[in-house]
Amino acid sequence: MSVTVRLPTIMRANAGGQSEISAEGSTIGEVIDDIVKQFPGTATHLRAPDGGVHRFVNVYLNDEDVRYLGKLETAVGDGDTVSIVPAVAGG
Amino acid sequence: MPVFDSVADLIGNTPIVDVSRLSPNPRVRILAKLEGQNPGGSVKDRAARWMIDEAEKDGSLAPGQVILESSSGNTGIAMAMLAKVKGHPFKVVLPENVSEERKQLLEVWGAEIILSPAGEGSNGAMRRAQALAEEHPDWFYSFQYGNPANAKAHRESTGPEIWRDVPEITHFVAGLGTAGTIIGVGSFLKERNPDIEVWAVEPPVGEMVDGLKNFDEGFVPPIFTDGGGEELLSRKTIVRPRESIEWVRRLTEVGIFAGISAGAAMAGAAKCAASIDEGTVVFIVPDAGWKYLSTGAWTDDIDVVEERAKKTIYF
Repeated sequence: MSVTVRLPTIMRANAGGQSEISAEGSTIGEVIDDIVKQFPGTATHLRAPDGGVHRFVNVYLNDEDVRYLGKLETAVGDGDTVSIVPAVAGG
Repeated sequence: MPVFDSVADLIGNTPIVDVSRLSPNPRVRILAKLEGQNPGGSVKDRAARWMIDEAEKDGSLAPGQVILESSSGNTGIAMAMLAKVKGHPFKVVLPENVSEERKQLLEVWGAEIILSPAGEGSNGAMRRAQALAEEHPDWFYSFQYGNPANAKAHRESTGPEIWRDVPEITHFVAGLGTAGTIIGVGSFLKERNPDIEVWAVEPPVGEMVDGLKNFDEGFVPPIFTDGGGEELLSRKTIVRPRESIEWVRRLTEVGIFAGISAGAAMAGAAKCAASIDEGTVVFIVPDAGWKYLSTGAWTDDIDVVEERAKKTIYF
């Protein structure tokens, strides 16, 4: 599966300045693995020390937070959009 | 109707109105709880009242003491109104990219506005407030993101009101900012009926905050974490500015003049209605449209309004 990944401003310097990249995978976890493989500099942004996703990173599949879908095992489809967004305050 | 002693007593007991004409599914009712009816004009009156009352009760807020808060607008406005009535000087750290009306209303209530950089969003305003609180331990810093009284306000008022008025509720939809509404209402409703689902909507704020240096500067409100937000929520969805504005416009078809975040909540309610077979969805309209007239949300070309909205904090 090939998906479009939207990157936040703070990650673009580690991804050749791009705001959108393509990545492969059949689950969110595999897509993240592929992002890190293509751009090793993004690993420190995305990964927590325990190998999970950084606690201040929200990952959305077509605008749905994957924490409430199937987390890293959430299946992705061809042409889906994955957005990586920093968790920030509102209110 | 009784005569009330204070505007503080007018907070809460807001009406719920049926907007099912806008429902994409004829078997799902959609009901809007109109928080713009509060005296300060938004749902944040509840959090402000509870934060001040609880602090007065436990002695952390003394008569005449300065109150400090960071806010993208509505909490600041609510705190400013109550602080004025109760005789507290009030200081608010406000991101500079909020609508002009929010600043004007804060001035109406005599708040001292301390502006923080647009690119740092609400996080930047909060950090500034935390630094000011450390420099001035004699001020009372209400810290809406971590103050348990914020969620308690909704556990003790908004939640019981919804349960009293709509016991058949199957889904609750609200915006996620401090998480006070979601945690307070959600936990109350789930205790009454564990089958009720709680859906959160959020604007794409994280994408707009380009002043963030790395993810370590990110933030999840302690209210969300301490309140078991991850276990409580069934879904969390981003609603983009264009969709929010489209739904704010559609809400006028049923006579509701609402703020832009209400458009996002209505978008979430409609998405929820479309994805279930039958049920009753209650969603929160956090404020009315008055504070957003300068954004041209209802009347200007939608492409222009969308671009403006991307640069403005409206949650």
